[in-house]
Order: sequence, then structure tokens, then C-alpha cells
Amino acid sequence: MTDILIGAGTLTGIALVFGLLLMLVNKVFQVPTDPRRDAIREALPGANCGACGYAGCDALADAIASGDAPVDACPVGSTDLTRVIAEIIGAESPEEQAKRVATVICQGTVDKCREKFPYRGIQSCIAATIVNDGHKACKYACLGLGSCVEACKFDAITIDPRERIAKVDPEKCTGCGACIKVCPKDVLVMQPVELPVRVLCRAAEEGVLVSDNCKIGCIGCGLCHDNCKFDAITMKDHLPQFDYDKCVGCMMCAEVCPTGAIWGDFDHRKIAKIDPDACIGCTICKKTCQFEAISGERKNVHKILDACTGCGQCVAKCPKKCITLVVREHVRDANAKVGTTETVAAIPKTDAAKEE
Amino acid sequence: MSLYTRFPGGIHPHEGMNGKPVTAALPIEELRQPARVTIPLLQHIGAPAKALVKKGDSVKMGQKIGEAAGFVSAAVHSSVSGVVVDVQPCVLANGLQAECAIIDNDFKDEWVKRQPVKDPEKLDAKALSELAGEMGLVGLGGATFPYSVKLMPPRTKLDTLIVNGAECEPYLSADHQLMLSKAKEIVEGAKRMQVAFGIEKVYVGIEKNKPDAIELMTKLCEGDPSFIVAPVPVRYPQGGEKQLVYALTKRRVKTGGLPIDKGVLVVNVGSCYALYRAIYEGTPLIDRVVTVGGCVKRPANYLVRIGTPVQWLLDASEGLLPQARMMIYGGPMMGLAINRTDIPVTKGCSGITVLEKKLMPKPESSCIRCGRCITVCPMLLCPSDIDKAMRKSDFETAEKLGAMNCLECGACSWSCPAKRSLTQSCKTCKKVITEKRRQQRQREEAK
Repeated sequence: MTDILIGAGTLTGIALVFGLLLMLVNKVFQVPTDPRRDAIREALPGANCGACGYAGCDALADAIASGDAPVDACPVGSTDLTRVIAEIIGAESPEEQAKRVATVICQGTVDKCREKFPYRGIQSCIAATIVNDGHKACKYACLGLGSCVEACKFDAITIDPRERIAKVDPEKCTGCGACIKVCPKDVLVMQPVELPVRVLCRAAEEGVLVSDNCKIGCIGCGLCHDNCKFDAITMKDHLPQFDYDKCVGCMMCAEVCPTGAIWGDFDHRKIAKIDPDACIGCTICKKTCQFEAISGERKNVHKILDACTGCGQCVAKCPKKCITLVVREHVRDANAKVGTTETVAAIPKTDAAKEE
Repeated sequence: MSLYTRFPGGIHPHEGMNGKPVTAALPIEELRQPARVTIPLLQHIGAPAKALVKKGDSVKMGQKIGEAAGFVSAAVHSSVSGVVVDVQPCVLANGLQAECAIIDNDFKDEWVKRQPVKDPEKLDAKALSELAGEMGLVGLGGATFPYSVKLMPPRTKLDTLIVNGAECEPYLSADHQLMLSKAKEIVEGAKRMQVAFGIEKVYVGIEKNKPDAIELMTKLCEGDPSFIVAPVPVRYPQGGEKQLVYALTKRRVKTGGLPIDKGVLVVNVGSCYALYRAIYEGTPLIDRVVTVGGCVKRPANYLVRIGTPVQWLLDASEGLLPQARMMIYGGPMMGLAINRTDIPVTKGCSGITVLEKKLMPKPESSCIRCGRCITVCPMLLCPSDIDKAMRKSDFETAEKLGAMNCLECGACSWSCPAKRSLTQSCKTCKKVITEKRRQQRQREEAK
């Protein structure tokens, strides 16, 4: 019995001595840390992706706390994170910017883009480019061997083995840009997440060459440029260039594109809606509309036809602010011209119209 | 036993149908000229040449159509007389596009005025380098390093010149046949370099499987004690610059170094001949010998004008055999697989090899850690580890493992029982690391 007590007593004694020693050391040699730094570190995502340019989240936290890095230095964090960090260090949070995500500028899936030869080497895009510049016939195409998938720390990129082309999940993508750095074909670019239209082809070649290689590539026909009523598209190197400041999101370019190289967010396409109680029939909206999608005579409630593209020009012009944009439920029927639908036929002609 | 040291590693690759035993016996025949040549302005390592002609210009044979742009660059000359159709990007053997001058041949073979060097005996290193630059000479062994840089007066004293006639690649016999038909000119070309650099010893390194070439060269060099014809063992890659230097002089060229650092100049036999013609005829580099071997109906060694499409060579060889599966631009070990036949023959193309079905790459399996790749690597690397690092995108580790020293000879991939693409891994690492270094240099310069 006493043996156990001696053993237990000795150990307790040692523990006490060491405990006191540690306590003393901690008191004497204490390094004062910035509490803000720890708070920032706690707020950062913690993936250590390095997209900010620092060695990891710890290094960035140090830099933000010491004022070397701005509060929005973390490209991964949302605006919420910026706000939190700004609060911690007592700075004003900068203006909110649209979320940017990586976008794959290629739609050349296995069935659409021709292959030059069957590739049997290492399943990595970087390795594949040294073999005859990749196995896809189009030199601008996504090789779909997954170098970006491997580089993504947030699991945001997937490759369907049947399609063999990278797909980015905009929900998961944090915009850190790691995939862009590894892609040997430069098919990934950073774009705002909410764009109505995108050119999903980078083939800066003549149309003959492109159409020979790929069914869905941009052939540089310029139809999008010709059909853009807002002068937002210029053609450069056989490819359309969008000026998103001018683009109103009418998606006409995507609609007219013969190959489908321009992607339009048709699921979220808008249609104008007139509040019949507020409309005074001034015809301003009708005159504004570039798509002949509004019918109605003076002093009568105007109607929106199915030809509406949701460009929103009428909304801005309506003096009574009675037009709103809502997400449309049916696919746009471009042929819905004035006088062809029942709604239009039902509108009685007035004297005012006759006078004009 | 050979008198010469055996370099570490190496393999004995087998020959397939119409391999070296067949092509070695075929004398060089001049190939009929094509109606149109596509002459790339980038046929060498370094910066592409700057075009001197434009659409519609008429050019003469041997006329300079591209000027060296920068220090490491080479001039390009027209290989036919005719009219420039266009200067536009065309696909080359590596699958990338490069600016090419497309010339319609008028079959008149009108030479531009050629000026042989007046006092060939008095040429010094500087004059030789300038002449090589003017004549668009590049290393014809495959690396296509511009000779204007290679023959620059060196900082260290050179004491050995090695004329590289090893030609270790299977199937290819272009250098072998050139040695048989132009032995005198090759020796003369080498002598000019020997005199210019004040070199004491000249080795002519020839693999033992070319006894006729060894005999001929020995006979030619009998009177000159400084010339030594060295029959080296048959072992791939014996023709590698560093391997040959080690075999003949026992000097190890350091990592990232050149044989020049060790006082050795290594020159391919084809380049020797080209230099001879530049000195004594004033002829620029406009043609070269190309072996067409493998699954073709009539294998041959052709003297081909630069810019001739591959299809033209295949047509001259009466087309492919039914068992042909893969076409390679160059030899089977280091060449590039090509998927089209409109690619032009460039200065660095020593052969067109067509492989049969049974030589096609098999699907790869997991590494069984047998270490065969390590045994055969002539650069004493560990290809399996480099491969492992590359597949994890860990290029830093690959760099530490010496991936940059790889000479892409393909011995590791050839010997791997698991059929892993080890050489591709090393090539990829080299590409990525080079790109990283370039970016770093740019960043430092920006600072």
C-alpha cells in the first residue's frame, strides 16, 4: 500500500514542480500578441490556398494586423469576411464588388470538339500539352484531364468523364485563381459571377479552321455584333469582345449566335411587365423599345409582347415608373409582332391614333 | 573490351521493321524537289528569325529569307528558287504554330551569288562563328543549337574536338551514310575548327556498328596524328553530347554545364559537312540527309531540301505499309509523334520513322519499384521519383531530384516494365520549371 502511495506522491510532486515551472516561464517570458491578429486568423477561411500572395492564412493575418495588407486581401472570403475584418481592425470596409469566379472559356466536349489523336499518356493537362500541343484539334480547347481539378482546394471544379471538359461550380468557387495559374491552355478566366452573356470560346482563328475543329466554337461571323442594339460588342481577332458597361443583358447575341459559342443566362431572362393601373398610355416605352415588343396606342394601357428581351430600356424611360422586370416563364418568341397576338387584337383603336 | 570508358546507364533498344540494319545499307539519294516548300523561321533553339521576304517576292536558292533575331538565333535561307506565296503561321512537328515562308518552286535552281572563303586556312574562331551565323548553321544532331553561338571564341582554352558520328538512335542512318559519302569533307570541316580553336586532339566518335564508316575515316585520318577515330561501344544514348565526352575523355560535364566548360567541343558530322560547304562553297544550310525508315514500302536515305513536307518523303518511299500505326518525326527514342503529313522537314529532322502495331505504347500500370529506370538513366537520375513528384504537381521536389538534367533520351520509358511515361514526366517538369524560372527572372528584372 505504501509503495503505491510513494509512487503516486512522487509523481504528483514532480507534476506540481513542473507545473509551477511552466507557469513561471509563461509569466516571465510572455510575448505580447496582437489580439486583433488572432481574431483575424479566426475569421479567415483557413484553407491556406495562398491566393492572396502570402504563405498562408497565418501570414495574411499578420500582414492585415500590421497594416501591410488591405482588409480585403483575401480573395477567397466574401464581402462578409471583409466587413468582419474591417470591424476587427477598426477600418472602413471598402465598397462591395461583384463576386468573381473562374469560368471555363470552352464548350468543346468530346462530341463537339474533334481529337487530333487518341492520347494515352499521363492524365494531366500540363503533361498532355507537350505531346503535339495537346490532343484536341482546337489549340484553344480545354483538354479536360483535370490539372485544374487537382489545383482547386475548394472542390469547385469537376470533369464529367463523358464530356471531358472542366466545369466550375460558381457556388463553391471562391475566386482564388489557383486553377488559372495551372491551366496550360489558359481556358480559365476570372469573370463576375452574374453576367447575362459570355463568349465561351477563345479560338482567335478564321471561321473555317474553327468549324473544322469544333461544332460549338466561335466562327467570327459577327452576327452578334450586327444584332447588338446597344453597341456593346466589338469584333477582335475573329472573336466578339463584350463591353459589359454597355451590355444591358438583352441576350440577343446569344440568341442569334449560329454555333452556340455565346452563352446566355436564359433561365434568368427577364420580361418587362406594365402595371395596368399606373400606365397612362404615353407611348414613350413603345418608342424606346428596340425590339418592337410593346404594343398599345396613345392613352391606352400598353402591352408587352413575347418579343420582349428584358433589356430594361423601357423601365428607365417610363415617366410613371410603372414598368418592372420579372423573370420570364416561357422562352421568348421573337416573332410575336404587333397585331399577331390576341392581346393586341383586343385593344380597340382610338381616335387619337387616327388623328396621328 | 573497348578502349573507351562506358558511360553509366544506357540501353540497347531493338530495331523494328526496316530498322538500322536495312537503312544503313541505303546510299543517299537526292530527293526530287517538291513544287512548294514551307520554310519555318524557327528551326533552332532560341528566338525565331525575322522574315526578310514578303508575299510576292521572288527568291533565289540560298537567299537569306530570315535574319537571326537576337543572340541565340539563326538565319534561314531559301532552299529553292521561286516566288514567296505567303509568310504565315504553320503547324510544325511539335504541334505548335510558327511563322513560315511558303515558297513556290520554279525548278530552275538559280543560286544566289555564293562566295567561298578566300583563305580557309586562316579562319579564326570569330570569323568561323560569323560565317556560321551568316550561313544559318545549327547543330544537325537534333538539338539545333545555333553555331554562331557555339563557335564563339571560348573563355576557356579548348583542347579536344569531338566529331560526333555515333548516331545511336535506332532506325536512323543519315549520319552513317553521310560519313560514307562525304568523309573527306567532314574531316576537312573538322580541321578548320581544329585550326581555328587551336585544338590538339580530334576524336571522331563512331559507334562500332558502322565498321565501314570507321574504316573509311581511319584511312583518311592516317596521316594526321592529331586525328583519332574512336570506335565507341554500341549503347544508346552514346551520341549524347555528355555521354560521348565522358566515353572519350573521361571528363564529366557538370550539371547544367556545357562540354565547352571542360575544354571539349562536340560537333555532329552533319554540321561538319555543312561547315565545310559554307567555307569552301559559300553554300548556306538548305538541305540535309533524312532517313525514312520503319513501315514504309521503300526505306531510304534522302538528301532533302529544308521545307519539304513529310508527305513528299513518304510518297517517294512509295507510301506506308498496312501495319503502320504511328509516325515519328525523328528517331523512335527522341522523336516527336506527328499526326499530319504537311509538316515541313527542318534543320533538326534526322528521320521519319513509322512504327508498326507491335511497337505501339501499351497502357501504363503502377510503378513496381524495380529501379530499372534508375539503372538505365545515363544522367544518373531517378526517373521514378521525378515521375511521382510530377504527378503530384510537386515541381520543386522534381527540381531537387535533378529533372532539369534529363536529356529526354527515353531510356527510362523504354525499359519500364510497367510502361510508365517517365520521359514525358521529366519533359513536363523541365517545361514547368523553365517557365517558373523565366517568370522569376522577369519579376526580378521588374524590381
